[in-house]
Amino acid sequence: MKYRYSEITPEQTYNKRRKFIKSIGLCLGGLTFGSIPLIDNAHSFESNSELTSYKNITTYNNYYEFGTGKNDPYKNSKNFTTNPWRISIEGEVGKPISFSVDEILSLFPSEERIYKLRCVEGWSMIIPWMGFSLSKLLDRVSINNEAKFVEFESIYNPEQMKGQRYPILDWPYSEGLRIDEAMHPLTTIVTGLYGRELPNQNGAPLRIIIPWKYGFKSAKAIVKIKLVKKMPTSSWMKASPKEYGFYSNVNPNVNHPRWSQTSERVVGGNLLSPRVETQMFNGYGDEVANLYSGMDLKKNF
Amino acid sequence: MLTQINQRYLKIIIFILSLAPIFFIIYQIINSQLGPEPIKDITHHTGKWTLYFIVITLAMTPLKNITKQNIWIKYRRMFGLFIFFYASVHLMTYVGLDYRFDLTDIGDDIIKKKYIFIGFSAWLLLIPLAITSNKRMIKILKNKWKKLHRLIYLISLFGAIHYLWLVKRDLTEPLIFLLVIITLLAFRFKFKNI
Repeated sequence: MKYRYSEITPEQTYNKRRKFIKSIGLCLGGLTFGSIPLIDNAHSFESNSELTSYKNITTYNNYYEFGTGKNDPYKNSKNFTTNPWRISIEGEVGKPISFSVDEILSLFPSEERIYKLRCVEGWSMIIPWMGFSLSKLLDRVSINNEAKFVEFESIYNPEQMKGQRYPILDWPYSEGLRIDEAMHPLTTIVTGLYGRELPNQNGAPLRIIIPWKYGFKSAKAIVKIKLVKKMPTSSWMKASPKEYGFYSNVNPNVNHPRWSQTSERVVGGNLLSPRVETQMFNGYGDEVANLYSGMDLKKNF
Repeated sequence: MLTQINQRYLKIIIFILSLAPIFFIIYQIINSQLGPEPIKDITHHTGKWTLYFIVITLAMTPLKNITKQNIWIKYRRMFGLFIFFYASVHLMTYVGLDYRFDLTDIGDDIIKKKYIFIGFSAWLLLIPLAITSNKRMIKILKNKWKKLHRLIYLISLFGAIHYLWLVKRDLTEPLIFLLVIITLLAFRFKFKNI
């Protein structure tokens, strides 16, 4: 069940609705206007003006499969096929299972989740995703006791993804999480953006978002979710092990070897916009800090 | 051959053309054409043009040796000063616009981040070259002038390495600049007319 054309909300109307919900001071669970649930989750930001514009979110992307320029994914992903598409859950599970994207959209209702995305390069956006917790999907399989990590594999399609013809990264894109990180409610399978279908350049048809980690951990165009025993090595870890670690939690106290992580620029600013101080765990410390208690986050970067 | 008057006009035209990148970026700023990260765009634009002028300046002496015309040397100083100009605008964008003169943050960056350290060093080394670029200083310094201005070799390499060290993954452009600069430097040594 894809979002029908009649359900697509123009950006202005979308913002007006959110303003209305906020003004009546409700913290909603399931109240719907039309057929798209708008749930003000606990992490929503103060005002609508804080949301990064749809234009910026969809034309400023790091998606090297389509080229390394920020504008390349927008330009080069127009003919990318996202249907039919299947996602398998396999590895250390009782019985491997696979779903089509349509099945996933029917079985797991999406809600609005406004999260901050912080790129390791030092910029950030506030993005109104549509999605549901990954844990809901993982609950569909019985996970073996040996499973300690979850590995994500993205699609390999060098014909449609010209960037994959060059070894800029080890294709297909691969990422991973510890199992408790994967089961955390904040870890989201994303199905849409601004109440509409997820654009190709943002990771269609399905991607993962882990808001307290640097953006490269949030893999796009996922085809496989694998439960594994050993810590997986992600594409960026392979590319530059001293610069990109497994955890990659947003942390102003742990700099990238070549540049600082103490501040960031919010995308969409102008010449007079100041830098913003980077927050520990991208501001989600209350929800996730306990996952890392006792861990040396400089060593486990 | 160009007459004296024509040479004068040509120099003025080339001077104005050398300012074109600044006119271009100002135009983009005024017309909000810079995209979602305007400060980064200005920083990259001015940084690139610093490197372009390094390449142009380094090409002057080899061109003189190949064509046996002195006119190239007449432009060498102007292009060299444009290196300093664009490097300074680049630095001011970073210090003033990006970090808004937060000297603690900036100082931290210079000490801890190697690409900023080498970039800043390149700019510092340009200062004595800019100050001693006029005829009077050439007369005063004589032999020492030539030696001092050989710093441009170090500055050029620092500039290229600065770019190489700051890109995330795609090394294509920085490597092209590095290759071109090394080739131009090799040219100088080959002709022994340093």
